[in-house]
Amino acid sequence: MPRIAVIRFPGSNCETETLRAIARAGGEPALLDYRDTDLQGAQGVILPGGFSYGDYLRSGAIARFAPVMGPLRALAESGAPVLGICNGFQILCEAHLLPGALLHNTQQRFTARPVDIRIERTDTACTGHYTRGQVIRVPLAHGEGRFVADEAPLDALETANPVALRYVTVRGRGLPANPNGATRDIAGICNPEGNVVGFMPHPERLADPVLGDDVGLGFFTALVERCRGAEVGA
Amino acid sequence: MTFRVHVRVIPRPGLLDPQGQAVEHALGSLGFGGVRDVRVGKAIELGIEAATPAEAEAAARRMCERLLANPVTEDFVVAVDA
Amino acid sequence: MTVMVEPQPFPGERPVTDDVVREHKLNTREYDAIRTMLGDRTPTLTELGIFSALWSEHCSYKHTKPVLRTFPTEGPQVLQGPGENAGVLRLPDGWAVAFKIESHNHPSAVEPYQGAATGVGGILRDVFTMGARPVALLNSLRFGPLDDARNRYLFAGVVKGVGDYGNCVGVPTLGGEVRFAPGYSGNPLVNAMAVGLMRADELITARAHGVGNLLLAVGARTGRDGIHGASFASEDLTSESEARRPQVQVGDPFTEKLLLEASLELIHGDYIVAIQDMGAAGLTSSSAEMAARGGVGVELDTSAVPTREPGMTPYEIMLSESQERMLVVAEPHRVDEIRAVCQRWDLDATVVGRVTDDGLFRVVHDGRLVAAIPGQELVEGCPIYTPEAREGDAAVARRARQPEGTAPDPVTALERLLDAPTIASKRWVFEQFDGTVRGRSVATPGGDAGLLRVDDTPFALAMTVDCNARHVLLDPYEGGKGVVAEAARNIACTGARPLGITDCLNFGNPERPEIFFRFREACRGIADACRAFDTPVTGGNVSLYNQSPLGAIDPTPTVGMIGLLEDVTTAVPSHFRAEGDAILLLGRTHGHLGGSAYWAEVLDCVGGPPPPIDLAAERALQEVLIAAAAGRLLVSPHDLSDGGLAVALAESCIGGPWATTAFGAEIDLGRHAESVSDEGWLFGEDGARALVSCAPERVADLQRLAGTHGVECHFLGLVGPASADLEVRRDGSHWRWPVARLRAQHLDAIPRRMAAPVSAGED
Repeated sequence: MPRIAVIRFPGSNCETETLRAIARAGGEPALLDYRDTDLQGAQGVILPGGFSYGDYLRSGAIARFAPVMGPLRALAESGAPVLGICNGFQILCEAHLLPGALLHNTQQRFTARPVDIRIERTDTACTGHYTRGQVIRVPLAHGEGRFVADEAPLDALETANPVALRYVTVRGRGLPANPNGATRDIAGICNPEGNVVGFMPHPERLADPVLGDDVGLGFFTALVERCRGAEVGA
Repeated sequence: MTFRVHVRVIPRPGLLDPQGQAVEHALGSLGFGGVRDVRVGKAIELGIEAATPAEAEAAARRMCERLLANPVTEDFVVAVDA
Repeated sequence: MTVMVEPQPFPGERPVTDDVVREHKLNTREYDAIRTMLGDRTPTLTELGIFSALWSEHCSYKHTKPVLRTFPTEGPQVLQGPGENAGVLRLPDGWAVAFKIESHNHPSAVEPYQGAATGVGGILRDVFTMGARPVALLNSLRFGPLDDARNRYLFAGVVKGVGDYGNCVGVPTLGGEVRFAPGYSGNPLVNAMAVGLMRADELITARAHGVGNLLLAVGARTGRDGIHGASFASEDLTSESEARRPQVQVGDPFTEKLLLEASLELIHGDYIVAIQDMGAAGLTSSSAEMAARGGVGVELDTSAVPTREPGMTPYEIMLSESQERMLVVAEPHRVDEIRAVCQRWDLDATVVGRVTDDGLFRVVHDGRLVAAIPGQELVEGCPIYTPEAREGDAAVARRARQPEGTAPDPVTALERLLDAPTIASKRWVFEQFDGTVRGRSVATPGGDAGLLRVDDTPFALAMTVDCNARHVLLDPYEGGKGVVAEAARNIACTGARPLGITDCLNFGNPERPEIFFRFREACRGIADACRAFDTPVTGGNVSLYNQSPLGAIDPTPTVGMIGLLEDVTTAVPSHFRAEGDAILLLGRTHGHLGGSAYWAEVLDCVGGPPPPIDLAAERALQEVLIAAAAGRLLVSPHDLSDGGLAVALAESCIGGPWATTAFGAEIDLGRHAESVSDEGWLFGEDGARALVSCAPERVADLQRLAGTHGVECHFLGLVGPASADLEVRRDGSHWRWPVARLRAQHLDAIPRRMAAPVSAGED
């Protein structure tokens, strides 16, 4: 069973549901601490949502210096799956494992609501369980989720096709599609290799059919399978 | 003429500044020793139409009192470019 | 006989004169009692500060205790009743739920963002100090009308403060209510409720015991924040109190999250004897209350308390209300382990005192004794008052008032009701609260009650906060009953059985007979309803002196209720979901318009007697709703409250804040209750009613079920197609509303008003 680590920083608060989603997807979840200096054999890592260091200064700015970030970088460079959700995405950007930055939402308020997102590519570490162009509705909750990058790298970015998820409008919903003013409606991106992925929505919160839907589980199933594939390949 | 006015808004002395505290702690763990009393505030720059620097400064102060600073939790400093 | 060393004033401290006593809000009777208690000596300033804090209304309940004692507090489901940090109810399979509601009104009036944020922080600590992990937050908020810039500022600041704190700690907000009325201008109400889950055998109480055990301060350092917050909360807000307001308490949810994890680890690892939040009146109340409950004395060394600023006096340290601090009692040999646990969470733990055997509450600073007070008497010896209670003439006149002028047609009236901020969609508010963190939320705000799945069990917790203060204002007794009845209706609409309540009693100055009358009668109503529903009161909070220069607030006894849904898979939302479903009304319609939102919002008349509450009918309706959910008979249940049937129909058509589809409905009120007027049918607020939808083939089952409980069940019509009209016919009349238009009005009412500028100033 592939071992997938969730790293808890001071102020992380989505680790429990993320661990649960990994288990439900058939992986072996492991909770690691930001002070850990090795990943204890994890084949993949998820940086969970929350408010590491209270989001003080800039979200993710302090967490990127945690001891665990060294081995995490090495794992990412080895091609293993690394996923950042919400605050985890912010940390990956601050650590330059992903391009761009996440700024305060345009409306200058925390925004918590469902969003419709379109799966833009299926060859990343965690999107293989969906079809390209599929639109799913998952929860979202953040104050700093407006993705920005310089226009030039953005074009390069789009050429390399690393936009993993985009906010889209579903007719008649009465809400702006883009919940935070993100450039080009970007909800999530990945590195050119597709093994490091970050996004703002929270699929781990919709991974239990009792809550009405488990459409978010696919991200975790795909991640577990990617790790299992690597296991077989090795 | 237009004066360039710099406003600094800082948490009032004695008031808990969780942000400053977290930054201080992080600097310490990155090996920056001897850092104390970190306070995190805001810097605001304004172009203000006025006849004299004193008038621009007075206008900026009124803006601070009404909007830019929270009189309950924050102090402000106004400086006008010569 | 104990040899008592007399405490001495701390160097530089002001002598205690009559003026100083008055400044501390202690009257002659209280001051005399203090002198007697101290063996006829003058207290030191530190002692006076300690008394002033503990004998404030907030800590002593000196005006309200005799009334609060009349609440039913017992039942087989009660694991912990009033008197602890939070009440605890038993759940199946060895689980238990800890919950409590508390006000943070005065601090929020001064600094809305921090006031509201620290209110959330305090209530979370009350729950996790019982050993429970906080799993949900709710809030009940009141503001003056949004056409005033200052009210918009308070509303925006409070919502952001509530949201930012809970979001950061990672506890979902699952419910709440926000209402607007002129009575709250300048005196907003911020009542926050926290709900925590625990194993029943992990309950820990805040009782100091074991002579020689040590007291430790855990968490944030102590600053000069909110000194005298407790006594500040116990006086009218005037421009003078504005000027001498204490330094604002600043919340740090990041530290709170660490404190939460560390505290639960300390409790579940059995490292400690007792733990209590240093909340209102800080170190003073936490230490004095823990000692009194345990029947022991304590000695505190204020010079050992880690401070944020140099030169703090024992007086300041004892009364500081700095946030995110805990007081822990532990055996001496566990101190190193406790420090290690705290360090793992980046927190300091410092020994600041010890448990003693002489029953004295003693404070030393740098080896100097600055306070020595008999501990039990300090906590329990405050004189208790029975204020005069008399209904005011104005209240009687108000109850007799009728609307004047001509009523608009029902089509316009419903649109105006949906646009009234109190009834309008609160999406603008809920959008700022994380309702899904932790991944256990079955129903988020916007329905009748929040619903939360309990890990690895088949059941769910239902929760709600409610208070129709207009009904309480017009008739405190019936209104008080109505508050509990509405909460229970909301809980039962989810299919859950009401288990118990916590209350937050927000009133004006109790020393005014007309105010105390409202308090006493509202409490009598709450008590009677709780007895009728088997929902004991497990604790709560009293917030008095909610007065501004404009007068007292509307009496607002907010009730937070918890219910148990035995099978989470039976949960259904509160709005229509399929075209062709049958729409039925449970309960009897009398068409009672007194005290209604229709009169208040459309006809500008706050008057008339509110609807009388038939507790037996309410209970029967609850049983029908619970049984119908268990039998999976319903597609949607929705309680009738503000705005009556018309608003309930509109809301059921419009759907929740995030609905993807709005449905039309075709209703015929023809053959039902013919003596009731059109307005009474559409907008009357009779209790004990719910609007439900179900598959057409289940109508007969539902009618049979209702019949066995003696509840009327009227077939009203059918759910229409998506985005169609809401149509209501009655004999010759026919009213029609395009649902898309109703939805836009309902959703836009608050954002439209909040688009105007806010202002912190009075102008």
